Amino acid sequence: MTLPMMPLSGDPPRSRVLSAALILIVLALALAPFLFPGAKPLNVAAKVCIFIALAASYDLLLGYTGVVSFAHTMFYGIGSYGIAIALYSLGARWDAIGLGLAIALPLAAALALVIGLFSLRVQTIFFAMITLAVASAFAVLASQLSWLTGGEDGRSFRVPELLQPGTVFIPRDVLGVAVTGRTLTYYIVFACCVLLFLLLLRVVNSPFGRVLQAIRENPFRAEALGYRTVVHRTLANCIAAAAAAAVGALNALWLRYTGPDTSLSFNIMLDILLIVVIGGMGTMYGAIIGGTLYVLAQNYLQALMGTVSTATGDAGIPILPQLFHPDRWLLWLGVLFILSVYFFPTGVVGKLRGGPS
Amino acid sequence: MSATDTDVGAALPKVRVDYLPLLLPLLLAVAAFPFIPSTSTWVTLTIAGLAMGMMIFVMASGLTLIFGLMDVLNFGHGAFIAIGAYMATLVLLPLAAWMQADSVWLNLAAVMPAVLFAIVVTGALGLAFERIVIMPVYGQHLKQILITMGGMIVAEQILYAFFGPQQIPLALPTSLRGSFQFGEAAVEKYRVIAVLVGLAVFAAMLLILNRTKIGLLIRAGVENTEMVEALGYRITRLFVGVFMAGSALAGLGGVMWGLYREQVNAAMGGELMVLVFIVVIIGGLGSVTGCFIGALLVALATNYAGFLVPKAALITDILLMVLILLWRPRGLYPVTSR
Amino acid sequence: MSALLSLSGVETHIGRYHILHGVELGVPEGKTTMLLGRNGAGKTTTLRTIMGLWRASRGEIRLAGERIDALGTPDIARAGIGYVPETMAVFSDLTVKENLILAARAGEMDQSRLDWIFGFFPPLKKFWLSRAGTLSGGQKQMLSFARAFIEERKLLLIDEPTKGLAPAIIGALIDCLKEVKRRGATILLVEQNFRVAQEIGDSVSIMDNGRVVHSGTMAELARDETLQHRLLGLSLDTHQ
Repeated sequence: MTLPMMPLSGDPPRSRVLSAALILIVLALALAPFLFPGAKPLNVAAKVCIFIALAASYDLLLGYTGVVSFAHTMFYGIGSYGIAIALYSLGARWDAIGLGLAIALPLAAALALVIGLFSLRVQTIFFAMITLAVASAFAVLASQLSWLTGGEDGRSFRVPELLQPGTVFIPRDVLGVAVTGRTLTYYIVFACCVLLFLLLLRVVNSPFGRVLQAIRENPFRAEALGYRTVVHRTLANCIAAAAAAAVGALNALWLRYTGPDTSLSFNIMLDILLIVVIGGMGTMYGAIIGGTLYVLAQNYLQALMGTVSTATGDAGIPILPQLFHPDRWLLWLGVLFILSVYFFPTGVVGKLRGGPS
Repeated sequence: MSATDTDVGAALPKVRVDYLPLLLPLLLAVAAFPFIPSTSTWVTLTIAGLAMGMMIFVMASGLTLIFGLMDVLNFGHGAFIAIGAYMATLVLLPLAAWMQADSVWLNLAAVMPAVLFAIVVTGALGLAFERIVIMPVYGQHLKQILITMGGMIVAEQILYAFFGPQQIPLALPTSLRGSFQFGEAAVEKYRVIAVLVGLAVFAAMLLILNRTKIGLLIRAGVENTEMVEALGYRITRLFVGVFMAGSALAGLGGVMWGLYREQVNAAMGGELMVLVFIVVIIGGLGSVTGCFIGALLVALATNYAGFLVPKAALITDILLMVLILLWRPRGLYPVTSR
Repeated sequence: MSALLSLSGVETHIGRYHILHGVELGVPEGKTTMLLGRNGAGKTTTLRTIMGLWRASRGEIRLAGERIDALGTPDIARAGIGYVPETMAVFSDLTVKENLILAARAGEMDQSRLDWIFGFFPPLKKFWLSRAGTLSGGQKQMLSFARAFIEERKLLLIDEPTKGLAPAIIGALIDCLKEVKRRGATILLVEQNFRVAQEIGDSVSIMDNGRVVHSGTMAELARDETLQHRLLGLSLDTHQ
């Protein structure tokens, strides 16, 4: 394998346009604190990193293993709450972070194991329904156990001093942009997300990953060839769950807050689904493209929609103002999602690669 | 070859009517009795459970039949529930005066058209949805889940766009307010009506399935669509009809639920779908009777648990589902061969 | 004798697998044609392709001169073809009576026809109102036959009816087939049991690797042991 291939586990973008886009995105994210100074753009950048990693972990399940699970945000939430509860209870210490991770990641994997063993024997549809039910119950539970989770209000907490925004490493007058604890936190989030992504890329390109794809194509054949599909699917489920929990931990660290709306809401599940499908199922890179498009749309498209809405409203056209109201941006994403499933099953990445749909 | 020779090796078919699942709701109600402090509370909870169960049955029965026959799982089924409820409000709110009037006839004159309107609209939308959204992805489960989920998102957003995000209050008609008194127990009138409606729907479904040729085709199609076609029936035409009926039932369920809760909001479909899925899984995909039992079980469990351990209602339902699946991995009455 | 059913150059793909590689087959009217061959030769696939359950990717299928390869299964059935699949495919949740009601698509079941069926298959009368799922394997096959014969069909496609059944049941099935033959039916019958094939077959087509490799009369094949051995891998005496 040539040198550039190694970190990519021999799975390159395979398209000039795609490679260019990816390089652009990664560079932009890497230099975000300096390219886009200000709290909001940095927030957007962090969100992009997090959504990319989360979507990639979901692609492992949906795109490579062919399993539709609606419980993914549950694992994401476990990671988030793990960090939040640890830092809230033990104070703003690094070992608290370590403890939170040490509890959350295995917990997520274990839960994935139980769910997998119980229901991966059954059909896709059965499994999807069961994960939906379990995730809903979990969300209800989280908001009910307010003594632990802070209930509907969630948990705010302080992060270790090095990561706090007040900690200034390099004052503004040196680089034009201050390098603070916030910047450090951002780079931790960025680096971990990159690492997670590359790890997942490694997994799907390993022999294990190839078996997953064989199972996705034809489970009966794979079974006949001697691969225990339940074992493989369960393992994939556990890996994806642990990865999601790790991303959740990063999210909590960045927001310095965890609540049902930021980590367990079904909307997040739908967001991930949209990202993976529109970006391209079973490509990993689809998560990067999709995640970027999604977060950009969420933050900047709404403003655009608002303009259209007021314009059509002023022009007196019926219905359109409501349909283009910024709050309704999910509607158009939903339409795009449906169109993608029909016409671009391989997503944006697939189209860029020019391969058969 | 004499006649008796062909009987060689022929076993007398055992008559196997599967009664045990039918008794489960009764068992659950009885089991809960010792835990509930007063008999009148138990009666109230049980009736509430039966009423809720009937409403969920109406919503879920369409889904299970559609899956059983067409091998299509509509994750957007909840959209029809919400749309049905909203359509009812379009009729009921202008007719508020009739609803408030102290006459049963005026109340009915408002409610019946509302119900009819809801059923017709959801049925028609079901037709459109089936032909446009679902037909292209027959047999592709993954895509079906994704597309119907997308449909659900879009439908919910459109409802928000047209009706606004806030809840729409929907008062019960005067003649249905209040309760019957049985000793110490108060039984809400509306709940009794809900139970009657649910039983009527169940009876009608059983009648159609077991006594008509269409029902015969549906039952045969649930088992083996290919063979039904090989006998010369264009069963795909039946698919559309069943899908419409299933969607219309969801709409009816939505109206019933909206009146029950006395409010309607766009997210109600999604919220109810979790319960609907649990019910359908418990009952066995494709079985109407299983769905009926499952709905009663889930509703009763939710009500009892909601009273005893308020935070654990949904968990109790999950537990119930797990227990039943451990006993019968494919649900109470697995009908299809899938 | 004209061919009621004819296949020419029929190819069928299932997913990535190329099963039929250009099948040439003629089924003469009023006669019984046996379709023989080893496991995996493509016999069931051929029947399913005729029935439209799998689409032929190439070639023509004609019934009484009209092309049916582009039609859907219900229309092919309505053109007058009765199908008895390998899996029997009786509707377990329906009673014997209901199974036959469905099969009698044209309308009411003809009582005399029903009596004729009961004559060959008494268990069907005995278990008339029982759920088909409670019948034994042999009785299910009787029901599957009955569904095909409840109405007059132009062509009968029958797939391995005797597989796994007791000799007594096989006897009843053969008697029924002989009677149906006597009434002038056209039958295409897939059968592994060569003795049965010999008893009812008029002509024979043998398949191997998705092609018809031999067509001729049954009498000629029965006489020629070398041919049998070459085509079927065994001779009459050693095979049952």
